[in-house]
Amino acid sequence: MQCVVTGGNVKVLAKAIHSLSRIGEELYVEPQKDGLALRSVNSSRSAYACFLFAPLFFSRYSIPNGKDFRCKIAIKSVQSVFRSVATLEKTVEKCHIELDEENDRLTFTLHCKHGLLKTHNLSYQDSESLQAMFDKDACTTNFRVNPRVLVDTVAHFPPSLEEVTVTVSDERMWVRNYVEDETERSKAMLTELCLASDEFDHFVVKAHNSFTFCLKELRGLLVFAESNNLPVSMYFKEPGCPVVLSVTDSVMEGNFVLATLSDGSSPPKNKSKGAHTQQSLPPDDFMNDDMDSYLIAMDTSVASSAAEPPASTLTDPCTSKLPEANHKTRTHSEEEEEEEVADGPDRPPNKKFRSLFFGSVLPPSPQMSTQPVTTQEVLASDSEDES
Amino acid sequence: MRFRGKIVDVACLNHFTRVVTTISKLTKTCVLRLNPDKLFFVLSGKVANGGVGMWCELSQANFFDEYQMEGFNPENNEICLEVAPENLSRALKTVQNAKSVKVKLTKKHCPCLTVSAELPTMSSISRVVTHDVPVDVIPTRLWHELKEPSMPDFDVSIYLPPLKTIKNVVDRMKNLSNFLVIEANMNGKMNLKIETDLVSVSTHFRDLGNPPSGDGASQDGSPTRDPHSMAEVRVDIRKLQQFLVGQQVNPSKSMCNIVHQSVVHLILLHEDVSLQYFIPSVA
Repeated sequence: MQCVVTGGNVKVLAKAIHSLSRIGEELYVEPQKDGLALRSVNSSRSAYACFLFAPLFFSRYSIPNGKDFRCKIAIKSVQSVFRSVATLEKTVEKCHIELDEENDRLTFTLHCKHGLLKTHNLSYQDSESLQAMFDKDACTTNFRVNPRVLVDTVAHFPPSLEEVTVTVSDERMWVRNYVEDETERSKAMLTELCLASDEFDHFVVKAHNSFTFCLKELRGLLVFAESNNLPVSMYFKEPGCPVVLSVTDSVMEGNFVLATLSDGSSPPKNKSKGAHTQQSLPPDDFMNDDMDSYLIAMDTSVASSAAEPPASTLTDPCTSKLPEANHKTRTHSEEEEEEEVADGPDRPPNKKFRSLFFGSVLPPSPQMSTQPVTTQEVLASDSEDES
Repeated sequence: MRFRGKIVDVACLNHFTRVVTTISKLTKTCVLRLNPDKLFFVLSGKVANGGVGMWCELSQANFFDEYQMEGFNPENNEICLEVAPENLSRALKTVQNAKSVKVKLTKKHCPCLTVSAELPTMSSISRVVTHDVPVDVIPTRLWHELKEPSMPDFDVSIYLPPLKTIKNVVDRMKNLSNFLVIEANMNGKMNLKIETDLVSVSTHFRDLGNPPSGDGASQDGSPTRDPHSMAEVRVDIRKLQQFLVGQQVNPSKSMCNIVHQSVVHLILLHEDVSLQYFIPSVA
């Protein structure tokens, strides 16, 4: 694999990485035919982000032949390569990213002014495919807005604020801080901001709704959007379904998928997720009601290159059932999840969790033409970051 | 009990915000006292506060374009609310560019001071932001604790050197000792001293000037004090530092009164705000 980023795009890449660092601890790198995908997910799997840089973003882009390559690197290491964005802008002329498979290393070489070469060799680990399923078209509510508006809105809330509730009606959007604890409510300062639809470039609301999500993770995207002056689009369907925020331009697309709190009851977040997997059946048995709670009940739209499952295997019939099964069992499983809340909050061992959660990806098969599901990733639909 | 105030002028809003921010740096919680003419931020010098007392007085007409209040009852036409000034400060800071800011006493999930503002936007419809700052209403039986502290019988009254200078000195002294001695005399001299086993440091200020006898001389027919004799107070250095850190604006007048080995009373006067701060002596 060889990618070369030149000029101003180095800064864009750096900012994307800093944005992703706000989500999770690891950077998942996957060079695909349609571009380089950089992804991250948080530990509770309630926030996911992906930046896809098209081949045109690079002055040179070549991916490993034959097999698909995927790896993950500690995000802090990658951040240290692109540490100071301001200096990057001034001194770095291009950045080479090369794969050194023999040594399990990804080499970042910064070609700076005056012939200075900075080489960073970062070790990577093999990883499973990380992709969230989401369908923007199925969303009943979507907006597009200048990032400045969102940045200004978010400025009204203290930096420590975890969650916000966004309520939409035909003409307006309200943003409020979310206080979950009864005891805190009497002491907490409540802030509410009301935005008119005029302020948005695009404002479509098919259903009046409220959704609550974690603000912290959003800030990463806003910083990126504002510095690149890209409008932010927001897609939302209903409480419990994740909200998708994206920024796009001709050579790049960034998507942030954040879990939202489901309506009414507020289960104490992802603890239930952890409890779930501990009780789940071994990886091979993917199809059971418990697991459905992790799946987003949406048809996929993204058909990326399929890859071999690292651990578990899924039979085709099973996967083909999944999307519909989701719809039906979702309410049931939501309740289940809430019951699970009381259980131990320990997170399951990584490997098991990973294989259950992100399951397998279908190998290319004739069935691909009949069903849109090729990759699945799961994101708990109605739990959130543990604060 | 009702209260409603509106600030339209940008400079007034800015000034008010700075006052509230200064208060928020001095204490985590205080009492906001409202009467038809003035607002007070009060911290009574109880043991719980480390004996530190604060009294800040603002004239409402200098800040609010509209100001209406109805107190507890006609005899006690005042409102006393316990509030965390930091919340209020945060709310005000976010609305600095508003067309107008309203502050109201409301009852939401609990009694609140609601700060609401209309923010200018590119579109025709303004953005409306509301901050509900929770408050506790203080019952009338406790109002006696919130009276303006009486001017103590001080031994020395002296104008302070520039606050920034004192702050620099105190910041460095804080690294060496937990306690600081402030001493001054009626001849314009003030010293800040620290003493530990290893080191003693003192900073001397001269020609500071003393407020005229009407304001500041020793009272009650005691024999005229020897102008060179020093009165001193030993205070917890962190309390003094906390006072200095919060000061964002240079006051038009700043002075302190010292009651020998008892309390130091710091007074800052701006055009429309006065702030008094009492730091007790420690043994």
